[in-house]
Amino acid sequence: MALSVSKPVSVVLGLLLLAALIAVPLIAPRAVTQDLFGVLTLLVLAMNWNMLAGFAGLVSVGQQAFVGIGAYFMFAAVILWGMDPLLGVLVGGLAAMLFAVPMAFFAFRLHGAYFAIGTWVVADIARLLAGQWKALGGGTGTSLPKGTTKDMFGVPWVKDVLDISSAAAADAVTYWLALGLAVVMLVASYVFLRSRMGLGLQAIRDNVQAARSVGVDPQRLKLAVFLLTAFGTGLCGALIFIQITRVTPDAAFSVLDWTAFVIFVVVIGGIGTLPGPIVGVVVFYILQRLLADYGTVYLIVLGLIGIAIMLFARGGLWGLFTARTGVDPFPLRHRPPAHLRVKASKV
Amino acid sequence: MPILSLQSVSKSFGALKVTDAVSFDLAKGEALGIIGPNGAGKSTLFNLIAGNVKPDQGRVFLDGRDVSSQTAMQRCAAGIGRSFQIPQPFGHLTVYENLLVAARFGGAISGHDAPEFCMDILGRTGLAVQADKVSGALPLLQRKRLELARAMATAPRVILLDEIAGGLTEGECHELVATIRQIHAEGTAIIWIEHVLHALNSVVERLMVLNFGKMLMIGEPAAVMASPEVREIYLGIEA
Repeated sequence: MALSVSKPVSVVLGLLLLAALIAVPLIAPRAVTQDLFGVLTLLVLAMNWNMLAGFAGLVSVGQQAFVGIGAYFMFAAVILWGMDPLLGVLVGGLAAMLFAVPMAFFAFRLHGAYFAIGTWVVADIARLLAGQWKALGGGTGTSLPKGTTKDMFGVPWVKDVLDISSAAAADAVTYWLALGLAVVMLVASYVFLRSRMGLGLQAIRDNVQAARSVGVDPQRLKLAVFLLTAFGTGLCGALIFIQITRVTPDAAFSVLDWTAFVIFVVVIGGIGTLPGPIVGVVVFYILQRLLADYGTVYLIVLGLIGIAIMLFARGGLWGLFTARTGVDPFPLRHRPPAHLRVKASKV
Repeated sequence: MPILSLQSVSKSFGALKVTDAVSFDLAKGEALGIIGPNGAGKSTLFNLIAGNVKPDQGRVFLDGRDVSSQTAMQRCAAGIGRSFQIPQPFGHLTVYENLLVAARFGGAISGHDAPEFCMDILGRTGLAVQADKVSGALPLLQRKRLELARAMATAPRVILLDEIAGGLTEGECHELVATIRQIHAEGTAIIWIEHVLHALNSVVERLMVLNFGKMLMIGEPAAVMASPEVREIYLGIEA
């Protein structure tokens, strides 16, 4: 195994990439920062969905519920309760996780395709409820008060230090938060999957009956993943809508924007692998740039690529790459220590 | 007090009574063999003991505690480890990881102690060389060994072994018997369903015969094998 070589190399490459990404608002035009904000938030959504579907076997089509609830509660925190938007992001994430509790109660009685449809229906109910929230504009939605992001935590400081406009400083702060969220999500996923719970989760995915018979509780583990990914998705949704600054039920609970594209990203990148969503989001961004001028053709091409990958490369692009090269920057495998291996083979 | 006790356990699938009022006690550290023709309800009995199937009637006691309403997961934690007749590996995980899951969950072994614990079992079951192999790619005989090894990794007080000796060469069978004897010597109670009688009878202290879901006889192996009824029903079919 090239493990001892590839690990330090991938760590160094990863840190260099991270440094470059941190520097983006300092060196690149504002449009690039905004674009990359979109890429990073899509990545966070994709990592959360991949954790659910790829590792816990919970194929949810209702993740827009958590994006929408995260967004709405962030708006409520700012407009109704007078909080800082960044604190509002946390409120949004917690609200999404809280909503996941009753949602799990219903959805976990369904399996496979029924679970998928069930989550979609619940998400749509959440959209309809958001439309009834009169204090936040009901069906037509509402906007963040003027100047909200200008006074947001950290923004005046960044504005002074970098000597840029308030709007640019707000973009930089939200961008760094999205980057932070993506890094935390990636590290947390890795640590979780390497843990006892992660091992149990993979056992459940492979064989539920046998997993129960070796003492694994499938319901408890799946619930833990469902709640944690609801939290991550809610945080991300709230952050996205700080940058958009306007929320409506249709935009915040869009199945196309917050679930369909996310599924596409994970499937082309490689479902059930940690680097899959990263690869997927890069490819998605490139396609978007190349095909942006062609309108509907763009969606048709995306669909065809998705179908081709599902038919001919089930492990996605990352699966193809790693099968050819054996490179794996996030090895999830547990290996016995060498001295125990020697001892055991002598028995 | 017996470690495991079944009281009049019954189970039907539709009109077919696959387990018919089976009662027996298993003493602490005892080894019990179960024989019977195909379809006699042997594997179903294991499913009832391990909690994979709920009985229609009757009770299962572990250490005098009624576990009839407990799930398979709870019974595993309480000390019942099992193998499956048709191997059920965690196919995407390696052999070592299969054991690690069992040890960390059912066996409640700490992360610190688990590697040594699992590798020791892999050594004893002859799977140490396969530790890093993906279990879904193993040939059948190694999958069966993995069933035994994974059941051992749940650190059971009662281990249920379902036809793990079939298809082995004489030498391999000998090794398997030595392994099971060692488990027995460490004080683990064993129930072993097996068609390979010479292997089974060299380990167990008592033998039970199942036929059409009913317990036909239970007792000392030589006496059971000598019984005309058993010779007719069981050996008569084999001959």
